[in-house]
Amino acid sequence: MGFKQATWDEPLLIELGKEGRCGYSLPKVDGDLESVVKLIPERLLRKDIPLPSLSEPQVVRHFVRLSQMNYCVDLGMYPLGSCTMKYNPKIAERIASDPHLTRLHPYQPVETVQGILEIMYNLSKMLAEITGTAKVTLAPAAGAHGEFVGCLIIRAYIKDKGELKVRNEMLIPESAHGTNPASAVMAGFKVVKIPTDEEGLVDIEALKAAISQRTAGMMLTVPNTLGLFERRVEEISKIIHEAGGLMYYDGANMNALLGRVRPGDMGFDIVHMNLHKTFATPHGGGGPGSGPLGVSKELVDFLPVPLVDYDGEKYFLNYNIPKTIGRIKGFYGNISVLIKAYTYILMVGSDKLKEISNQSVLASNYLLSNLNSSMYLLPYSKGIPRKHEFVVSAKPIQMKSGVRAMDIAKSLLDLSLHAPTIYFPLIVDEALMIEPTETEPMENLDEYAKALNTIAHQAEEDPQRIIDAPINTSIKRLDEVKASHPLTMKLNWRGLK
Amino acid sequence: MLEDRHPYLPNLDKRITQQMLNRLKIDSIDDLFRDIPESLVLKKRLNLPEGKSELEVKKHIEETLAKNKVYPEYLCFLGGGVWPHYVPAVVDEIVSRSEFYTSYTPYQPEISQGVLQALFEYQSLICDLTAMDVANSSMYDWATAVGEACRMAVRFKKRSRIVTSRNIGPERFEVMKNLCEPAGIDVDVVGFDLETGETDLSQLLAAINDDVAAIYLENPNFFGVIESKVFEIADAIHSKGGLFIVGVDPLSLGLLKPPGEYGADIVVGEGQPLGLHMNYGGPLLGIFACKGDQNLIRQMPGRIIGMTTSKDGTRRGYCMVLQTREQHIRRENATSNICTNEALCAIAAAVYLSLLGSEGLRELSKLIMYNSHYASKLLSEIRGIKSPYFTSTFFKDFTLGITKDGVSAEELHKRLVEYRILGGLPLSRYYEELSNVALFSVTEIHTKEDIQRLVDAVGKVVS
Repeated sequence: MGFKQATWDEPLLIELGKEGRCGYSLPKVDGDLESVVKLIPERLLRKDIPLPSLSEPQVVRHFVRLSQMNYCVDLGMYPLGSCTMKYNPKIAERIASDPHLTRLHPYQPVETVQGILEIMYNLSKMLAEITGTAKVTLAPAAGAHGEFVGCLIIRAYIKDKGELKVRNEMLIPESAHGTNPASAVMAGFKVVKIPTDEEGLVDIEALKAAISQRTAGMMLTVPNTLGLFERRVEEISKIIHEAGGLMYYDGANMNALLGRVRPGDMGFDIVHMNLHKTFATPHGGGGPGSGPLGVSKELVDFLPVPLVDYDGEKYFLNYNIPKTIGRIKGFYGNISVLIKAYTYILMVGSDKLKEISNQSVLASNYLLSNLNSSMYLLPYSKGIPRKHEFVVSAKPIQMKSGVRAMDIAKSLLDLSLHAPTIYFPLIVDEALMIEPTETEPMENLDEYAKALNTIAHQAEEDPQRIIDAPINTSIKRLDEVKASHPLTMKLNWRGLK
Repeated sequence: MLEDRHPYLPNLDKRITQQMLNRLKIDSIDDLFRDIPESLVLKKRLNLPEGKSELEVKKHIEETLAKNKVYPEYLCFLGGGVWPHYVPAVVDEIVSRSEFYTSYTPYQPEISQGVLQALFEYQSLICDLTAMDVANSSMYDWATAVGEACRMAVRFKKRSRIVTSRNIGPERFEVMKNLCEPAGIDVDVVGFDLETGETDLSQLLAAINDDVAAIYLENPNFFGVIESKVFEIADAIHSKGGLFIVGVDPLSLGLLKPPGEYGADIVVGEGQPLGLHMNYGGPLLGIFACKGDQNLIRQMPGRIIGMTTSKDGTRRGYCMVLQTREQHIRRENATSNICTNEALCAIAAAVYLSLLGSEGLRELSKLIMYNSHYASKLLSEIRGIKSPYFTSTFFKDFTLGITKDGVSAEELHKRLVEYRILGGLPLSRYYEELSNVALFSVTEIHTKEDIQRLVDAVGKVVS
């Protein structure tokens, strides 16, 4: 492999800065600008501003150099399981930079924002259809934010029934994403962990044992984080509903089911979607994302305000939601992300939507079939196809050579391949969770499997080579322990020298 | 056949799909879904439009968006949490680099140094700006940052009350309540002085006792008014052992003393003015910073990037730190559920602040303050208008009172559209006692001609 990532020993902005430079220009104004300084009470006036000062070319070069030390979907495969990193169509970026969107202020009279409201209204309808829910709010800023909002709705529903004092437990499988328990606790619930059975699915007997009049609901990911479809999901729904609880669908893995199965049809009352995953809006190195939330008919009255609605003539912001949980974000959602998802859905359409899940599931099983199965063990439910992602254990490699999942991940980086998600779910030893997505050509899937097999082989012959990886990246393996230790922690460029 | 293909699905062609199926020794893709109960499988095609070409989709969305009214055709004088500011070309250029925008959360730091160093620099710039010691690498927006700051203060102090003022942003107040309520936090709200627009100091002091985890104030507040008693307020809450949380418009900090210098323990704010477009209110950028107390930092929500070295000690590098606070490690014991944040917006802010530098920020702050005072003064000369309505000094946003009978602030807001002006948020929506007061905002993008257009239009509406 000829890969070598750019290596710039790029200084910090503060080291590049020099007094007497500025990269910004301002219009000249006919008037005495200094006069406003006198309006500020003396003791509230800022004396000095310690920001670094740079010229425009310096700023541009600095950030371009940094960008060259960053891996991205546009460079290659990014098979992070549970994160669905697929190709993001360029047209969506173009459309999202339209000044008729970027220059809109959230307080504008609704008569002046009919275009964006129409798009938001249509998008929420489409997402409701795709998820099989009655109504969708576009407000949540991320998947976890959607989870929190969903939990607030469950809380409001229970409160409305006068059961809040008793009903305060949220059931969550031990294989769930960490955001589930965190979101439930933020909304005031106690978390009850539900174990996994020998098939890798929710342990129904344990679930039945955990159910009580304290059960507020259950948060479930389908397919689960092992990539397995919870085939007893209807039964699970029934158990929860009969106990008086609600079913929450974590939409992180919805890419596997588009157009084939709908969460609403499976018995879920609340569903969040990660637009930056399933609907191909880029993730921006950590955000912005967007986490719209759909609910069943019974819960529509609890949705956050405002909702975008249409009265037959004009689109408007509806604040008249009878039992609303209130407002959950400053304004109406991450609009530029929403419009990218809208673009994507229009491009894919009803005819090809199902092909997304088909192709992503095909890619994942194909990649799995090319792995050396004695090195990468497939735990749980052998013979059952995985969905959009799968989890293997690198335990055999560790036993033989001491090389761990982390080392394998770092070794992949040397080949210009992004590592899979590692050490998750927690129920699999030395877990590697791989999600190739539907946008990877077959040749890349072959290459990825080959790389993993080669690394497994090398681990036996020359483990040190794997443990020393990566060497072709912009920096060799980092000392992450030092970074978090109280004595060596550096969270700010002040006091560096 | 082009219709059997799709630009984003490289293996859709029957021959390629077949090769892959052969490897799996199955006949059809449906076999891969055989474990899904038949009763759940969707029998119909979803009620969505048929897929369209890129050309058609672009045309359709652009035509729909064209129904929106924006500047330069319509002048925008709205503020209150999102403001029309100029975004330098460099900012859009950098955040349009796909190395940044198509990357994920930097779980593998060795190939993510670009995002990591940029975020470390963002955190450092925010610390410089606010005079705080530690910043996280962003929250969803100002409103959610306020809520998380209150919860953080309550965890840190092990007390159950928060005190705030009625003059904070009303939307932010609602979001804050929503984050506080499930945690059993009581929020006490004190009033503001109807003449100055500042928080009523005596009411505030009376509300502080040993149960109060923190006071949350905004400076400038929702009315654009600069709170002049912040030193006294900081002393008062500190003497009772509570924290002082301050919310800021970062562009005011070119002129105003940073909260860290008047005793703030946590600073939150809206980062949208730092190089982000308004986008109808999202994505925004929640600023979040605090003092360097180790125990406080460990209660902080969100991601923090730190500096370290390569294991061999030869090179400087960056990675995520203190992840044991976060949801993916701590699960139900995490400080917050936030995972995806607004990283790209934080990078935009880092680019913006590094273009500005100390002098650029100072000059920009002055220009904004000058323009807004210039506009307020011209408006005050209109008969039937009191501007600013509140007497204390303001920055960027200001209140305008209509003293003439027969014209409401709500009507002014609507009628201005006829003059192709978007402005004057009617405060009656949030405050009964401000039935005829509107909030305007003037920034560096407004020329004297723009301001004259506003003045003429307001004059016509109230005449």
